[in-house]
Amino acid sequence: MRRLDFKRGRIDMTHGAGGRASAQLVEELFRAQFDNAWLASANDGACFAVPAGRMVMATDSHVVSPLFFPGGDIGCLAVHGTVNDVAMMGARPLYLTAGFILEEGLALADLRRIVESMGRAAREAGVSIVAGDTKVVEQGSGDGVFITTTGVGVVPPGVNPSGDRAQPGDRVIVSGTLGDHGVAIMSQRENLGFATTIESDTAALHGLVEAMLAVAPDLHCLRDPTRGGLATTLNELASQSGVGIVLDEQALPIRPEVAAACELLGLDPLYVANEGKLVAICAPADASRVVEAMRAHPLGRRAAIVGTVAQDAHRFVQMETSFGGKRMVDWLVGEQLPRIC
Amino acid sequence: MKYIDEFRDGATARKLAEAIAREADPRRTYRIMEFCGGHTHAIARYGIADLLPPNVRLIHGPGCPVCVLPIGRIDAAIALALERRAILCTYGDTMRVPASEQLSLMKAKARGADIRMIYAASDCLRIAAEHPGREVVFFAIGFETTTPPTAVVILEAARAGIPNFSVFCNHVLTPSAINHILESPEVRGLGTVPLDAFIGPAHVSTIIGSQPYEFFAEEYEKPVVIAGFEPLDVLQAIRMIVRQLNEGRAEVENEFTRAVTPEGNAKAKRLVAEVFELRRSFEWRGLGEVPYSALRVKERYRPFDAEARFGIGYRSVPDHKACECGAILRGVKRPQDCKLFATACSPENPMGSCMVSSEGACAAHYTYGRFRSRAA
Repeated sequence: MRRLDFKRGRIDMTHGAGGRASAQLVEELFRAQFDNAWLASANDGACFAVPAGRMVMATDSHVVSPLFFPGGDIGCLAVHGTVNDVAMMGARPLYLTAGFILEEGLALADLRRIVESMGRAAREAGVSIVAGDTKVVEQGSGDGVFITTTGVGVVPPGVNPSGDRAQPGDRVIVSGTLGDHGVAIMSQRENLGFATTIESDTAALHGLVEAMLAVAPDLHCLRDPTRGGLATTLNELASQSGVGIVLDEQALPIRPEVAAACELLGLDPLYVANEGKLVAICAPADASRVVEAMRAHPLGRRAAIVGTVAQDAHRFVQMETSFGGKRMVDWLVGEQLPRIC
Repeated sequence: MKYIDEFRDGATARKLAEAIAREADPRRTYRIMEFCGGHTHAIARYGIADLLPPNVRLIHGPGCPVCVLPIGRIDAAIALALERRAILCTYGDTMRVPASEQLSLMKAKARGADIRMIYAASDCLRIAAEHPGREVVFFAIGFETTTPPTAVVILEAARAGIPNFSVFCNHVLTPSAINHILESPEVRGLGTVPLDAFIGPAHVSTIIGSQPYEFFAEEYEKPVVIAGFEPLDVLQAIRMIVRQLNEGRAEVENEFTRAVTPEGNAKAKRLVAEVFELRRSFEWRGLGEVPYSALRVKERYRPFDAEARFGIGYRSVPDHKACECGAILRGVKRPQDCKLFATACSPENPMGSCMVSSEGACAAHYTYGRFRSRAA
């Protein structure tokens, strides 16, 4: 059998049919790029030893358009997305699985770029992609590639972040600038021809989480503000914990370029997606120690305390505006930016 | 961001607020209508009401293009997309406006209508070129600000002879709406809605200039201060209005001199006059039929007029019975006075148009100011 033509070749229906072409795609692309003993065993699933303690499992589907954007692509995004969901439970991610839905006609060169990027992201994050699946749909039934990843990880003892643990008086911390991913994607969409230098912040955050837990094991809440941005994440946490949250607008880290692009597009950076940022809520006594540890980590240089948890039966998120007034920061309504991750 | 941040500076805001509090006469009330949704949004988003003394009150006006679009016009747009199978291009704000039979453009899209959200009117011509076999209709809405770009695409389509493109024109005019409010029984006869002054439109005035407001200041003795959409613009305009009222003046003043001239944008006005003409009457959601308040495509550009091309008739559809959008758009009621507000009607499931656009009075209050009325 001739080897796959990664220069000019395209995905066709046989690549999903389960025959030789499917096997060849797995062999020459996925197994080669993800390279580990579990995949090499070529079984229907991966068999691995279970460590003692509690495990976390999370899943995330990725449909971002365009597939390639400044600062990343759907491949590394698919790894980071699930690694971060596992990490937000306080866990150390270990294994991933990946499901691919490919559209007939996709260039093999693009697919290879994506899979290489996934492999690289997984190696950097120290996780193995141990099982996977590939299906092909007819042209017009997909949009290039959709990727679903599922991850498992282990939670160290004494660590139990959960969305329902925010208490009045707690501090709200963000790990860095808000809205970078959404604006980077937006700048690439064909019908929005503005050039910006903003890159997606897509990154695996478990290292940063580990650094935070080292100085404050009892973080109350951890969450990554992806779709719907910081505003939506804080509303989720307020609602789960039955508390209110008051933000200080002046403390929010936002790049001037992102603020300017949002201004132009009529977007609010608080609602724009991030893919390499986290929100932490912790006891006031832990707050400055956590921020210090975050700032010492490359992914938390611009970490800041941005708000306080308050008693509020209405579970409202409010903001003291830098203008001097007060306003609500409500749930995202409808859809601000479609197909963002 | 330098040029934006300086119009949002908190320290300057506090100084201006102190000046307003100092100058406002505690023995009287100042009832100021901001006509534009852009101002409504800025007031809610920056918490401007928090900075004003209690006797300086802001009343939200009807200047939200999406809010005043009547159900019948949206129904017609949906029919174009669903029944006539045209590609309907529209600005994002109109997607969720509730229409008849619990439909909206968004829901029509889910039923198979080809509806495209665009950012610029010129996108329509690209779409028309990409789909030569299909009718492409631009669902054009908005006040004087969005009208010139619509004129430009029609002129461009005529120049290039694009056969499959037309415009469903719903452009409306600001001065006629202000006039209508001032003539309404609540304001003029009954006095149930006392209005002392107007904050005049920002972007609209960059096109039409400040001259069209002279009539209101003179005829109705109401000061008009044209203001930009930044929060400091709004505060400064309020201060200018307080001064005019204190001194018994009723003039047109321009706070937004960095963008607005007395004559406006001559080129834009010429383009609009070339392509559009006045309609005898047009229905506004909330205000009803308003004479000479909207534009239609001139006879000369008839091939690009979707109403002529598809023979679109007009059927007026009443709002939901309990919906107070009409009274809210006229300044008679506040969002929290409506029984549906935050119960049956929310931004996720808007019953009335004021809950749809972020410039709508109900959506602005719901999204930014709901905590103020939570005791109620």
